[in-house]
Amino acid sequence: MATAAFAKSSTTLSLRRGLVSVLGLLVFWEIGRRLHFPFLSAVPAPTEVLASLDKIVGNSKFWNDWISSFSRVLSGFALAQLIGIPVGLLMAMSRTLRYLWFPPLEILRPIPPLAWVPTSIIFWPTTELSIIFVIFLGAFFTVVLTVLGGARAIDERLIRAARSFGSKPRDIFWRIVLPATMPSIITGMAVGMGVTWEVVVAAEMIAGKSGLGYFTWASYVGGNYPQIIVGMASIGIAGYLSSGAIRLLGKRATPWQRRI
Amino acid sequence: MTPVAATGAINIRNVSKIYDPDGANVLAVDNCSVDIAPGEFCVIVGPSGCGKTTLLNAIAGFHDISSGEISLDGKPICTPGISAEPGADRMVVFQNGALFPWSTVLNNVAYGPVVQGAATSTDAKTKAQALLAELGLSGIGDRYPNELSSGMRRRVEIARALINDPKVLLLDEPFRAMDALTKGVAQEFLLQAYDRVRKTVFFITHDLEEAIFLGDRVLVMTTRPGRIKQTLHVDFGRPRNYKIRSSRQYLSLKSQIFEAVREEAVRAFEAGERELA
Amino acid sequence: MTAIETPSQSRTTQAADISSLALTLFRLRQWLTQPSPYLGFLGVASLVLAWYLLTEFFNVPRFNKLPGPVAVWQEFTSPSPTFGISIYTPAYYMHIFWSIWRVLQAFFWATILGVPLGLFMGWKRTFRDYAFPVLEIVRPIPVLAWVPVAILIFAGIASREAPVIFLAFLATFFATVLNTMLGVESIDEVYFRAARCLGSKPRHVFFRVVLPGALPYIFTGLQIGVGVGWFSLVAAEMISGEYGLGFLIWDSYVLSQFPVIIIAMLTLGVVGYGFSAIIRIVGASLMRWADRSGA
Repeated sequence: MATAAFAKSSTTLSLRRGLVSVLGLLVFWEIGRRLHFPFLSAVPAPTEVLASLDKIVGNSKFWNDWISSFSRVLSGFALAQLIGIPVGLLMAMSRTLRYLWFPPLEILRPIPPLAWVPTSIIFWPTTELSIIFVIFLGAFFTVVLTVLGGARAIDERLIRAARSFGSKPRDIFWRIVLPATMPSIITGMAVGMGVTWEVVVAAEMIAGKSGLGYFTWASYVGGNYPQIIVGMASIGIAGYLSSGAIRLLGKRATPWQRRI
Repeated sequence: MTPVAATGAINIRNVSKIYDPDGANVLAVDNCSVDIAPGEFCVIVGPSGCGKTTLLNAIAGFHDISSGEISLDGKPICTPGISAEPGADRMVVFQNGALFPWSTVLNNVAYGPVVQGAATSTDAKTKAQALLAELGLSGIGDRYPNELSSGMRRRVEIARALINDPKVLLLDEPFRAMDALTKGVAQEFLLQAYDRVRKTVFFITHDLEEAIFLGDRVLVMTTRPGRIKQTLHVDFGRPRNYKIRSSRQYLSLKSQIFEAVREEAVRAFEAGERELA
Repeated sequence: MTAIETPSQSRTTQAADISSLALTLFRLRQWLTQPSPYLGFLGVASLVLAWYLLTEFFNVPRFNKLPGPVAVWQEFTSPSPTFGISIYTPAYYMHIFWSIWRVLQAFFWATILGVPLGLFMGWKRTFRDYAFPVLEIVRPIPVLAWVPVAILIFAGIASREAPVIFLAFLATFFATVLNTMLGVESIDEVYFRAARCLGSKPRHVFFRVVLPGALPYIFTGLQIGVGVGWFSLVAAEMISGEYGLGFLIWDSYVLSQFPVIIIAMLTLGVVGYGFSAIIRIVGASLMRWADRSGA
């Protein structure tokens, strides 16, 4: 009774503290810009950003940029999952495949996805495809490794128990391996989504003509600085929404997991 | 000549504890009263989750109680809402062991004196070395806990507790995770250490045989909410020999409280409640 | 204490008597008789072979625009390369140096600032309440979206290096703080209780429980941090740098010096891998005690 009330008040206390620090930072930022503090003098202030907001939001091109970025993200990400999850599972289950594919993957993986941009542009006929390819690469390695790790970490005893029931390999895969690996698959998706947005933004800045990354860069080049912040915030929100969608998916797919 | 402790009397008076994990009010301990004399080896036996750990934690100072009072040598150390800070006067040996995995055995044992400022680092290490030798543990000072067997780890942890000269030693099912053979030997070790220092010991376990072998007094606790159901006085002299386990007196003592303990075990089993951490 | 005998030390000393040379040879023989190294070699070789066949041998359309392994190798090992980058040219090493130097600076600042911040956030609820929301709001913004702001922040104050290093710093910083914080939160409550029992004051708890307890996670965080830092650095160099491997990739693309692109990419891979390996080794040696999970 008393303890329940205490618990509730402690979460509101945390929230209040959080609000205080965020607001405090915004105020500091505003003041810093006005008073020309060392690092903040050229950065547009929160009030300036808010002022430019309705012009941007009214412009349909801005929303087209949202759609462009999202469609690239979805294409590249989906492709990475469609190919990466099976590859990871196969490598977990077959020792031969694992030994065969792991070294080439380990060699290619440390190459940052963006380093592939020029090669991708040379190879693919359209800019769109080259951006999606780079996104795919970024998420692919993450997915494969996470799924591989998760599948290999399945408690051997669960598989033995299934075997002693007389399960066929097909059953073992669909009823044991896949559900047991699901948390790792979801984790791989979550991390992969983060990587995906990083790559999209950079790829659009380097080689794109549309999208939120391009919007942010173009705002800088065009001298419209408050728009930069709007662009950044948009990307952050977009990324957050995407991760949120994955987390929701994760809860549905793994109802037995305790909420972290 | 075994010394008799002058301090370390614990008085538990009408102690109850309600707590609130995830919003469900749970009465963990219900109106318990126990008086423990200085130097007495007091054992509480009960099924898992019955509240015995809650009592121990209250004495140790890890949380408070909802009603009643606990005092040490006449001074209250736990009242509703206020509990004394955990300290070296009430040393705890934890269930799964709490030796710092990142420190060597020697540094673990020397930890108490060093952080209390009671001795310089070198003095503390010398003292630790000496104590380890007395307890038959010389030669492992430079090892890390994960290199030792569970039995040895538990012994080191007891040494770490004893070096601080506590008034009370609180042991929370310390031998629970051991196999029966190791457990028996570890119990003998504990008894030898106890005979040397004769501190007050508050020992909890679910193992009835362990309770009778070790204790001067055995208290049976009911399943949640925990109440003291029955008390048994164990009259074997000290030092005790492992052979008493097959004596007639031992079996008769055991049969006196076996029914009471079994009843609680059955009740806990049927209730099927998830044990609180 | 004579009733119970301590186990003799003889068995452990026997293991040390086996000479380490014999042990190494034994392990080598074991490794060579497994299929794993051969399959691995086969895997890598088939990759290179496929690359060669697609680009240079069969001249498959689209693939034939890419430089093949032969062209790359020739360029890489030529004393006077057509495009000016090979193992013999100092320019190559200069680019490597610049990238590494920047990552090291970013890594340094991220660790110095990130680890203590993470430790405090994990340890003290109050601190976390104030610091975590700000971090969680800023973190979803991809590091590279900061490029324009980074340029603005440092405009006129610091060298052109600053924005690039700042971006790598940001990426590493977030990874470090988060993992460090998780590390502290992962420390079993029981160690804190034991420390309190033993009479520790707060500074003891911090240096003797919080810090060592979080160390495994800190090192994981550093490893991840170096990886993302490296990733962000390369991107930043591509967008707005001079010198450095990222810059080299973009520059050679613009100048149509395609083999150099591949050289730079592979160099990036090797150096990036080397960084993680070093951190892993350092971490492993500092944490001998974490080999097996203690109980």
